[in-house]
Amino acid sequence: MQSKISIKDLDFFYGKEQALFNISLEIPEHEVVAFIGPSGCGKSTFLRTLNRMNDTIPIASVSGQVIIDGKDIYAPGTDVVALRRKVGMVFQKSNPFPKSIFENVAYGIRINGIHSDREDMNRRVEKALRDAALWDEVKDRLTTSAFGLSGGQQQRLCIARALAVQPDVILMDEPASALDPIATQKIEELVVELKKDYTIVIVTHNMQQAARVSDRTAFFMLGKLIEYNPTQKMFTNPDEKLTEDYITGRFG
Amino acid sequence: MTEAATVHSKRRITNLVMTSLTAICAVFATTVLLIILGFIAYQGISSISWEFLTDTPKPVGEGGGIGNAIVGSAMMTLLAAIIGLPVGIAAGVYLAEFGKNWYGNTIRFIADTLIGVPSIIIGIFIYTVVVMPMGRQSGLAGGLALAIIMIPIVARTTEEMINLVPNSMREGALALGAPQWRVSWNIVLPAAMSGIATGAMLAIARITGETAPLLFTALNSRFYNFYYDQPMSSLTVQIYNFATGPFEVEHAMAWAATLLLVGFILFINIIVRYLTRKKH
Amino acid sequence: MAQSSTLGDKVYRTILFVAASSILLIVAAIFYMMVQSSMPTLQRFGIGFLWAREWNPSQELFGALPFIYGTVVSSLLALLIAVPISLGIAVFLVEQAPKKIARPIAFMIELLAAIPSVVYGLWGIFVLAPFIREYLGPVLQDNLGFLPIFQGRLTGIGMLTGGIILAIMITPIVTAVVRDVLEAVPNTQREAALALGATKWETTMIVLGNAASGIAGAVVLGLGRAVGETMAVTMVIGNSPQISASLFEPAYTIASVLAANFADATDEIYLSALIEMALVLFLVTVVINGLAKLLIMSVAGRANASKHT
Ligand SMILES: Nc1ncnc2c1ncn2[C@@H]1O[C@H](COP(=O)(O)OP(=O)(O)OP(=O)(O)O)[C@@H](O)[C@H]1O
Ligand SMILES: [Mg+2]
Repeated sequence: MQSKISIKDLDFFYGKEQALFNISLEIPEHEVVAFIGPSGCGKSTFLRTLNRMNDTIPIASVSGQVIIDGKDIYAPGTDVVALRRKVGMVFQKSNPFPKSIFENVAYGIRINGIHSDREDMNRRVEKALRDAALWDEVKDRLTTSAFGLSGGQQQRLCIARALAVQPDVILMDEPASALDPIATQKIEELVVELKKDYTIVIVTHNMQQAARVSDRTAFFMLGKLIEYNPTQKMFTNPDEKLTEDYITGRFG
Repeated sequence: MTEAATVHSKRRITNLVMTSLTAICAVFATTVLLIILGFIAYQGISSISWEFLTDTPKPVGEGGGIGNAIVGSAMMTLLAAIIGLPVGIAAGVYLAEFGKNWYGNTIRFIADTLIGVPSIIIGIFIYTVVVMPMGRQSGLAGGLALAIIMIPIVARTTEEMINLVPNSMREGALALGAPQWRVSWNIVLPAAMSGIATGAMLAIARITGETAPLLFTALNSRFYNFYYDQPMSSLTVQIYNFATGPFEVEHAMAWAATLLLVGFILFINIIVRYLTRKKH
Repeated sequence: MAQSSTLGDKVYRTILFVAASSILLIVAAIFYMMVQSSMPTLQRFGIGFLWAREWNPSQELFGALPFIYGTVVSSLLALLIAVPISLGIAVFLVEQAPKKIARPIAFMIELLAAIPSVVYGLWGIFVLAPFIREYLGPVLQDNLGFLPIFQGRLTGIGMLTGGIILAIMITPIVTAVVRDVLEAVPNTQREAALALGATKWETTMIVLGNAASGIAGAVVLGLGRAVGETMAVTMVIGNSPQISASLFEPAYTIASVLAANFADATDEIYLSALIEMALVLFLVTVVINGLAKLLIMSVAGRANASKHT
C-alpha cells in the first residue's frame, strides 16, 4: 500500500482549546477513507487540516506533520494555493457561486489557467460535469443560474467544480447530509466511481454510508483517533470496545 | 508546466498588488482623518482664550469671541432635544411595539426618507412655516429645524434598541398579568434605555454640527441672546461666516471655533464608543 | 391582544401613535409647502425651468440647468473617487485585516462621518483649495493639460475641489455599507473559492460578486449623500452658475445655491424658483435613498439596510 497522505503526531488547537490530540494516520492512494465519530469530535477540523483550510481561522494552530506526496504541507514556504488545488474539497452544504452552471465549473479552470482555449474549456467543463454524473441533467441549461438546481444537483455541481481543477485528493465533509435518499445514493455511487482516479476522504454521520463507500474507516472521539482499520473489519470485528459501542449505537 | 507557472506567478503578483492596494486605501483614509484633525488642532489652539470663549464678535481688529455662539448652539440644541427626544423615542417605541403592520412599515419608510432628506430642505421648510409667519428669524425656528432632523434618527435607533430586548422579558411580565403599557414602560424601555441614551447622544452630536438648517432660520446674531423669539447665533453658522469672510483674524477664529465644535462632537462619539464597547 | 385593552393601554398606544404619525405629518408638510411655494415658478416657466441655462435673478431669468449640472458632475466626481477607495477599505477591513487592526481603523473612518459639513468646508477653503492650486492642479495640467476638463485658470476653488471634498465626506458611509454587505456574504463562498486554489484576491472577487447588489446600493446611497451635501460644497465650489467643461472652473449645486442665496431672496418669484429647486432636490434624494435601500436590503437584510439611510 502506498500512502498518499500520511499524518504524523498532529495536534490542533482553537486558541487554547485542543481539538485534536496526537493523530497519526496513513491514507492510501485511490482509496476512500471515511471519518466517523460523534458530533464535535473533530472530524471536520481534521479534514480541514489536510488542505490547510483551517488557516482561515485566526485562532487556529497546528503542530505535527501532514505529508502529501512526500511533502509536509505545513513546512514553511508551502504554496497553500497550489496545495488547495491539489487537494479539493466538497462541503456539507452545497455552496455554488452566484454564477451560471457553466461558470461555476469553469471558475477553477480559469483562475488556475488550466485550459488552452475556449474549446478546451468547454471540453473540460463537460468532462467535469460528466464525471460528477450531472451532465445529462444540465447540458441544456448550462448558462442558467446554479441556484436553479435542486439541492442534490447543486452538490454534484460542487463536486464537478472541484474535479475540474484536476485534484489528486478530494475531501468531502458530510456531502450528503442535507440530501434526500435518492440524491444521497447518487453521491455515494459517485464516490465509489471517483475512487479510480482520486483519493477520497469523506466525513459522514451515517454508518451505513461509511460501510458502503469506504475502504477504510477512522473512528474519532473527543479529538482522539480511537481506531483506524479497513472498513470491513471495523464494522464486523472492531479492535476497540468504544468503536463497537458507537457503531452498534450504544451511545450517540 | 512553464505556462502554468507563469499564470501562477502572475496571480501571485495580482494578489500582492491588490491586497496591498486595499491596505493603502485604509491607510489613506485614516491619514486624511488625522490630517484634518491635525489642522484643526494646530490652527485652532492658538486662538482659544478666555476672551474668545466668552466674548461676542467685535469689529475686526478688536478681538472678540464666540461666547454668544456657544450659548446659541447650546440653547437651540437643548430646544431640539426637548422636542426631538420625547417624540423620537415615543415614535420608536411605537414602531417596535405596534409597528409590525402596514402603518408601521409606512412610518418606518417615511422616517428613513426624512433621514435622507438634505438638512437644507428642513431649513427651507421651517422658513416657510415658522419664519415667514413670525416675520423674523429666531432661535425657536432654528431649534425646531434641528428637532425635525433629530426625530427620525432617534425613532429608528430607539426601535432598534427595543428590538434587542429579549422577548422573554416581555412575556415574563405579561404572564404576570401586567397591562401592555406597563410592560413596555416599566420593563422594556428601561432595559433598552442605555442603548437609547447613546443613540440620543449621537443624535445630539449630529445636530450640534448642523449648519444648513440654521442659516435662514436662526440666522445669526452679534450679541448674547437668551430669547428664543430672536435671531440666534450658533457655532456652525459663525464658523461659516468667519471662514467665508475676507479677514485673517476671523479665519483664525473659525479654526478655534471648529476646534471647540469638533472636540465636543468627537468627545461624544468616543464616549459612546467606549460605553457600547464594554458590553461586547 | 384585545382582552388586555385597558384604558392605560389605549392612552399609551394613542400617545405613541401620535408621535409616530408626526413623522408622516412632517414629511407631508414639507412636500406640501414646497409644492405650494414653488407654484409661481411652476406656473410661469413650467417644466422648462429644469433645462433653462440662464440664471439671473435680477432680470428674472431662472434656469436650473447650471445647478443640476453642477450637482450631477460634482456628485459623480465624488463617486469616482470615493467608490474605489471605499471598496478598498471595506475589503481590507472585512477580508484582510486582523480584528485588532480592523477595529480602530473602522472607528477612525466612522469618525470622518461625524465631522460636520461646515468643518469640511473650512478645511477645504484653507487646506484643500491651496493644495489643489499649488500642487495637484499644476501636476494635472502638466500631464493631462490637453484634456478640456483640466484646462483653465487654477484658483483652487471649483468643481474638482467640491468633488474631492464630497468624496471624503461620503467615503465613510459607502465604506460602512459595503462592510456590512461583505460581512453578510456567507463564509461558505470564501471557502468554496479557497478550496479551488483561489488566491486571497480571487476569493475577494467572488465575495464582491456575491455582494454586487449591496455594493450598488452603497454607491447609490453615497450618491444620495453627495447630491444633498450642502455646506462644504457651498464653501469650495465657487458658486457660479455656469456650465464649464473644466473641473477647475467654479460651479454651483442645487444645495449650495439654496444655502448661499435663500436668505437674500426677497421677491416672490426668486424665492419660488429656489424652492422649486429644493423640491427637485427633495424628490431626487427620496428616490435615490429608496433605491439604495432596496438594493442593500436584497443582500444585507432589513436590519442593516435601515441602519444607514
Ligand atoms: N472555528 C472554531 N473555533 C473554535 N472552536 C471550534 C471551531 N470549529 C470547531 N470548533 C470546536 O472544535 C471541536 C471539533 O469541531 P468539529 O467541527 O471538527 O467537529 P465535527 O466532528 O466535525 O462535528 P460534526 O459532526 O457536528 O460536524 C468542537 O468542540 C467545536 O466546538
Ligand atoms: Mg463537521
